[in-house]
Amino acid sequence: MAAVDDLQFEEFGDAATSLAANPDATTISIEDPHETPKHQPGPLGGSGREEDDELLGNDDSDKTELLAGQKKSSPFWTFEYYQTFFDVDTYQVFDRIKGSLLPIPGKNFVRLYIRSNPDLYGPFWICATLVFAIAISGNLSNFLIHLGEKTYHYVPEFQKVSIAATIIYAYAWLVPLALWGFLMWRNSKVMNIVSYSFLEIVCVYGYSLFIYIPTAILWIIPQKAVRWILVMIALGISGSVLAMTFWPAVREDNRRIALATIVTIVLLHMLLSVGCLAYFFDAPEMDHLPTTTATPNQTVAAAKSS
Amino acid sequence: MAEAEESPGDPGTASPRPLFAGLSDISISQDIPIEGEITIPVRSRIREFDSSTLNESVQNTIMRDLKAVGKKFMHVLYPRRSNTLLRDWDLWGPLILCVTLALMLQRGSADSEKDGGPQFAEVFVVVWFGAVTITVNSKLLGGNISFFQSLCVLGYCILPLTVAMLICRLVLLAEPGPINFMVRLFVVTVMFAWSVVASTAFLADSQPPNRKALAIYPVFLFYFVISWMILTFTP
Repeated sequence: MAAVDDLQFEEFGDAATSLAANPDATTISIEDPHETPKHQPGPLGGSGREEDDELLGNDDSDKTELLAGQKKSSPFWTFEYYQTFFDVDTYQVFDRIKGSLLPIPGKNFVRLYIRSNPDLYGPFWICATLVFAIAISGNLSNFLIHLGEKTYHYVPEFQKVSIAATIIYAYAWLVPLALWGFLMWRNSKVMNIVSYSFLEIVCVYGYSLFIYIPTAILWIIPQKAVRWILVMIALGISGSVLAMTFWPAVREDNRRIALATIVTIVLLHMLLSVGCLAYFFDAPEMDHLPTTTATPNQTVAAAKSS
Repeated sequence: MAEAEESPGDPGTASPRPLFAGLSDISISQDIPIEGEITIPVRSRIREFDSSTLNESVQNTIMRDLKAVGKKFMHVLYPRRSNTLLRDWDLWGPLILCVTLALMLQRGSADSEKDGGPQFAEVFVVVWFGAVTITVNSKLLGGNISFFQSLCVLGYCILPLTVAMLICRLVLLAEPGPINFMVRLFVVTVMFAWSVVASTAFLADSQPPNRKALAIYPVFLFYFVISWMILTFTP
């Protein structure tokens, strides 16, 4: 009868050493870069059990491979479903912002940074910051432009925040929706290699708006030339990020339609930035004319009260 | 037999017999009354939800709640790593602060309707929807703080900014000018930093470590917007 010796665990080392000792034995080694080599468990039931234990012990790698393709498995009315859209770490958000600021030709923003983990944190909070940046910078800029005037009465113009919020959030959600619908429609006609999901398009648009935050702050400088140069730089950077992202998605299509799509994307982007500049920031040369397009009531009221 | 008369107090006094064998021999010669008090010393600070709070006077109830609110104000003004705010959360303090701030920030109806400072409802909405958005954001990022606890902390940490608003209103009674503005700017900046530090001290521990900055940035933005509204207030 097997005594105490049979119940002792034997140290086998890892597969390499046991193969060296006994070249005919079958060993299993599942490559997992995060795991240190495990000691195999003792011969409790022969080699069959060993393989089972190995497989069970290393099921982390199996599970991650299985689950990588099926991330959003919770139904949409549970809270966990929405948590999958916020599954990003701090360094990932910073990397994505950096990627949107430095468009490298040939590197696709979606493939490189998003990699089937689109998040809604970036788009939402970048848009929120942009809304307040535009409203506050516009207010400051108007104050500085009209600083010396006797008839100017400073008002915080809080209504502009809600207008800015409507514009920015509508742009960040409706334009991706339209673009996604358009790409789906073209995909049904022409087989494209690259296709993006709706959330990835929202993600790209959200992160591409980041460049406008420092641009809006720098728009406080009341020089027309400086403002237009800033518009060109910001449009160049974010427009190229968008163009390089969406060019592979329309490349196989009819040449004209592909070009028209890219041009429309860039055009809409330019419309957003120029529109914000025109509406929220008074023109600097008109500081001694009583009419400005943005705030007619305020100057009229100020003129009445003086 | 001497062993038969066992007092009921000690049934097994050093007898080598098996257990309880002598119980049948016990005879009690007289009725011994057993009486006393059974009290369970409970030192809990949790309010008991029985009729004792219904019967107390209104002044007691109000003073107890006010004392709780005041205690939390002290915790905000001198932030240390404690979780009193989190444990006994209440929303009275945030409501009082928000109403005070909104009352002071609203523009009068004599101003022009189109432009100007925020109305009462706008301040209210900004504060409460901002707090709700930040709470939902931190929960989505995986924080383990409850919804109302987070609302409580964010609301209480508006206290420094409300104090700043009071100071600004007093300063604005003096003559306007750049010095006036500098004083207000300094006060609002200091109070803004105080708010952010206080709320970070309470909220930072509930976030997963690699996402702390992602959860703290919206708090920063929230208090920045409120500070901007306070700074640009013109009567």
